[in-house]
Amino acid sequence: MNRILIVAEHLDGKLNAAVAKCVSCASAIPDAEIDVAVLAIDGSAVAAAAAGIAGVKRVLLVKNAANEPALAAVLAPQVAELAKGCSHVFGPSTTFGKDLMPRVAALLDAPQLSDVMAVESATRFKRPVYAGNAIATVESAAGRQVVATVRVASFQPAAAGGPAPVETVAVAAELPSHTRFVSVTAARSDRPDLQTAARVVSGGRALGSKENFALIQGLADRLGAAIGASRAAVDAGYAPNELQVGQTGKIIAPELYVAIGISGAIQHLTGIKDARTIVAINKDAEAPIFEVADYGLVGDLFSLIPEIEKQL
Amino acid sequence: MRRILVALKRVIDYNVRVRVRPDGSGVVTDGVKMSINPFDEIALEEALRIRERGGADEVLAISIGPDDTQQQLRNALAMGADRAILVKSAQAIEPPAVARVLLAFVERETPMLVILGKQAIDDDCSQTGQMLAALWQRPQATFASKLELTEKVARVTREVDAGLETIEVDLPAVITTDLRLNEPRYIKLPDIMKAKKKPLDVVELASLGLDAASQLTVVGLEPPPQRKKGVMVKDAAELVATLRQKGLV
Repeated sequence: MNRILIVAEHLDGKLNAAVAKCVSCASAIPDAEIDVAVLAIDGSAVAAAAAGIAGVKRVLLVKNAANEPALAAVLAPQVAELAKGCSHVFGPSTTFGKDLMPRVAALLDAPQLSDVMAVESATRFKRPVYAGNAIATVESAAGRQVVATVRVASFQPAAAGGPAPVETVAVAAELPSHTRFVSVTAARSDRPDLQTAARVVSGGRALGSKENFALIQGLADRLGAAIGASRAAVDAGYAPNELQVGQTGKIIAPELYVAIGISGAIQHLTGIKDARTIVAINKDAEAPIFEVADYGLVGDLFSLIPEIEKQL
Repeated sequence: MRRILVALKRVIDYNVRVRVRPDGSGVVTDGVKMSINPFDEIALEEALRIRERGGADEVLAISIGPDDTQQQLRNALAMGADRAILVKSAQAIEPPAVARVLLAFVERETPMLVILGKQAIDDDCSQTGQMLAALWQRPQATFASKLELTEKVARVTREVDAGLETIEVDLPAVITTDLRLNEPRYIKLPDIMKAKKKPLDVVELASLGLDAASQLTVVGLEPPPQRKKGVMVKDAAELVATLRQKGLV
């Protein structure tokens, strides 16, 4: 029996879509019994959503006023307590999971596997290294507890199922007060979420300015797509940081990815290699993006974008 | 002494196209340029700026690696670190062991801040800072894109999936850096000369008496599946027609 604990990411009472992908990953482990931990102030809606994922055995709900907004230093001792007796502890490879899980691993004195992309056995996993230029097969010692973050772009969400029982549990852990949430500035938009969108339109440095970057919004609207950006476009201030796609930004796997004015640095390609179809539009026919694009179009993007919009 | 400890990792240079060895035992490193992990360079730059503003008295750079890592530490000294320590280890050690080594030096050097990169661009683990913070039982502020310090508190803006989050942490604390925190300075020739006179201590990892054994075994490496080059279309109409045919729009 492998007992797997998945830490649920949630915001504003909504379960993050990455959790159902973590369940898929955990379900690939033989003989898995999967619990999902929801650490929240109230958390009943989040717990109910987690209980409705096929493969989940139980949802453990920990209610504490200190649990929202989520702070790794506050959550980690609680997760470590819940993880006692578990063979595996999983979290999503989002900034939430990347921040939290290593802190949990250290408290458990367990090794961590970051960005698990495939499960070979209960102790053997695949993960990307060197910005995805190599795939490592990594083995953990049998019987040793393992912490992992799950590369969400590598897994389909688990189906709906259940509902699994929700157990409200009390956790005896001393919580620090040395870390305090101040604020978050997040652009609210009606667009699909970049990390889970079926279609993404991304802009690069070739757009040339913040004003020009807005040109891709029309196309994204037509396609019902999320908007992404290359690091160069974010560094230049054309787009906010949360839109960055790539090794150090978001790793995504949409059905359709449209790269506009993006040359295709290896770090960017790392973020899109799991996209089903890649379309590249660039004025430079030699741009590396064309080496990975399923459909390429060379030309002036300022005339091509409106033309494409018109055709749609 | 208000000290900042910066942890640096020697990695294959950012611009090198990394290739897996044909036998899958690792990646090609012969004759490959090695550098300070770019995120750690940003960490060092931030520490230097804090010191230059009068917010700290000393910047200590520390690295764990083979003897050749002295080159990267000399570069750190040339950038402006006051002194450096190399914990010599021929074998690469995993993030939990790195965190234990750093903790040993944190206890010895009592820094007000430890700053390091949010991830190393070789193993892409993104673990060490958080693990150190846990073992040290101190705050962590990961993926920092802005850092403001007062005497007892750091206010850190973090690049998170939702946007920018600001948290406040009591000092001492661990900060991990994101790309947009700063742009590291270039090293000038006179700085390289000056760096030769700065102290660089070399300590054997084994002499620390810590458990640095590997807990994970890399069974093998393989190149990633390659995407095939697709087709070029001639204009917008053909592109849209093709995508429509494939049911993508």
